Amino acid sequence: MKANCWVGPNKVEVQDVPDPTILNGRDAVVRITSTAICGSDLHLLDGYVPTMEKGDVLGHEFMGEVVEVGPGVDGSRLRVGDRVVVPFPIACGACLACRAELYSCCENTNPNAGVAEKMFGHPVAGIFGYSHLTGGFAGGQAEYARVPFADVGPIRIESDLDDEHVLFLSDILPTGYMGAEMCDIQDGDVVAVWGAGPVGQFAMDSARMLGADTVIAIDDVSYRLEMAASQGYRTIDYSDTDVRSALLELTGGRGPDKCIDAVGMEASHGTAHVHLYDRLKQAVRSESDRPHALRQAILSCRSGGIVSVIGVYGGLVDKFPAGAWMNRSLTLRTGQCHVQRYMRPLLDRIERGEIDPTRVITHRLPLAEAPHGYDIFKNKADGCEKVVLKP
Amino acid sequence: MELTSATTVNKPPQEVYDFWHRLENLATFMAHLDDVRVTGPSSSHWAASAPFDTVVEWDAVTTGDVAAERIAWASVEGADVDTSGEVLFVPAPGGRGTEVLVTLRYDMPAGALGKAVARYFGDDPSQALDDDLRRFKQVMETGEVVRSEGAPWGKRARKEFPQRPARPLSEEELQELRARKEVMA
Repeated sequence: MKANCWVGPNKVEVQDVPDPTILNGRDAVVRITSTAICGSDLHLLDGYVPTMEKGDVLGHEFMGEVVEVGPGVDGSRLRVGDRVVVPFPIACGACLACRAELYSCCENTNPNAGVAEKMFGHPVAGIFGYSHLTGGFAGGQAEYARVPFADVGPIRIESDLDDEHVLFLSDILPTGYMGAEMCDIQDGDVVAVWGAGPVGQFAMDSARMLGADTVIAIDDVSYRLEMAASQGYRTIDYSDTDVRSALLELTGGRGPDKCIDAVGMEASHGTAHVHLYDRLKQAVRSESDRPHALRQAILSCRSGGIVSVIGVYGGLVDKFPAGAWMNRSLTLRTGQCHVQRYMRPLLDRIERGEIDPTRVITHRLPLAEAPHGYDIFKNKADGCEKVVLKP
Repeated sequence: MELTSATTVNKPPQEVYDFWHRLENLATFMAHLDDVRVTGPSSSHWAASAPFDTVVEWDAVTTGDVAAERIAWASVEGADVDTSGEVLFVPAPGGRGTEVLVTLRYDMPAGALGKAVARYFGDDPSQALDDDLRRFKQVMETGEVVRSEGAPWGKRARKEFPQRPARPLSEEELQELRARKEVMA
């Protein structure tokens, strides 16, 4: 089959690879009908996430038709012929983490848990196409994928909604939603969202859906800010505006009640010397992540507020504003999305027309053009917000 | 050499004890064990793979056995390998399952065999036992050892990194796994 593979820093290639087969009893093989490129794929692309191997199949946002199931798959939950969306964290459904609905912290699905434990203190779940630190699972930017614990995670789509309306249940819609949910939004809340990429957009939609009074988008890419403005959100372009002053102005001097970091480890920003410091430290690997959005969110949030982090961090950060966090009674909440928790309720919301996930799609490409998709997404070229690939 | 490790299994102590008590099951998740056979009411025969395709074998006796609480064993006097072990099954607080606490002791024989055993356990023997218990937990909670494309070898994990790329296995690799009856035919 054809699959999009990482072949080295900033280089992906569509290659011929073997077709997947059942390796564990509760595996299924899915023929992929739609897949997407995620912002976190870009962290893998440039090599900021360690433990990539040349030839890894990328991709953790995919859906399709079940074409084979292992002998251990519960037939009441999944059968050949089912149309499914596959959540990006692989979860066993049986461990204490899964029972607590902390699916991205599943204790059993990462065969490389020992390595993850060294980096993170405790291991994390396996993730499709997302480095060997999260298990070394082949990804879904391909014609077919093997899906472990197929009777736990994948959700059947029984309505006639097209792929584009449900594909993002695999990651970015639940991720954005969880970012807003962690904000515990109260009547009158102002929610500021750093990053107006696809996850940021869904965090904004979710914040409004959960009752935010005002939603503010912060980015430096004009078409992304325009996309947010078109939904009625306020915008701040940090390339020409001081973010803190702008936020104070928009909130009567209070600061946003809730702040969402939908940027993560590769933030860029307007304060040249601090950015240079982070770039240098990251380049010599003495700091793995550039945490500018997180620092600014903490410093901007009103006292007693919540900072919700859904942007991806991989390792260590410098100059964490612990003083602001502690002295001003801020709550920091975060996590890789526990997608399985949100798929059903969000599918219901899509079916009721409360949210339209297709609004972020700007590019539809054949799988063969995946390298071009990565290029325009990484370089913010051609107005690229979200690329859907068709195998 | 004495190694200790612990894991919590989301099952009641009796069930976890029962699985361990069938000593044959140990070879399904302990990387260095090829085979454990029960040979009598309290005796067993153990075989472990060693480097260069050699196998080390020894007889052991069960030295302690309290249902749902504890199992202990030791190699018989004069065996090639002087080893003993103990596993405790403790109810975890708040219905969190069973804490499984393992101690393994190997007295390294002198000479070539000792070197072979030491090399087998590698630079980080505790890590090897931690990984054994992780697989034990996988088997207890999910029914089998979880495989990825990067690490498809189950308990016969090869040197961890660099791994094979995360892409589907070739026909030759699948045949190798099938020959060991480790994947679905």
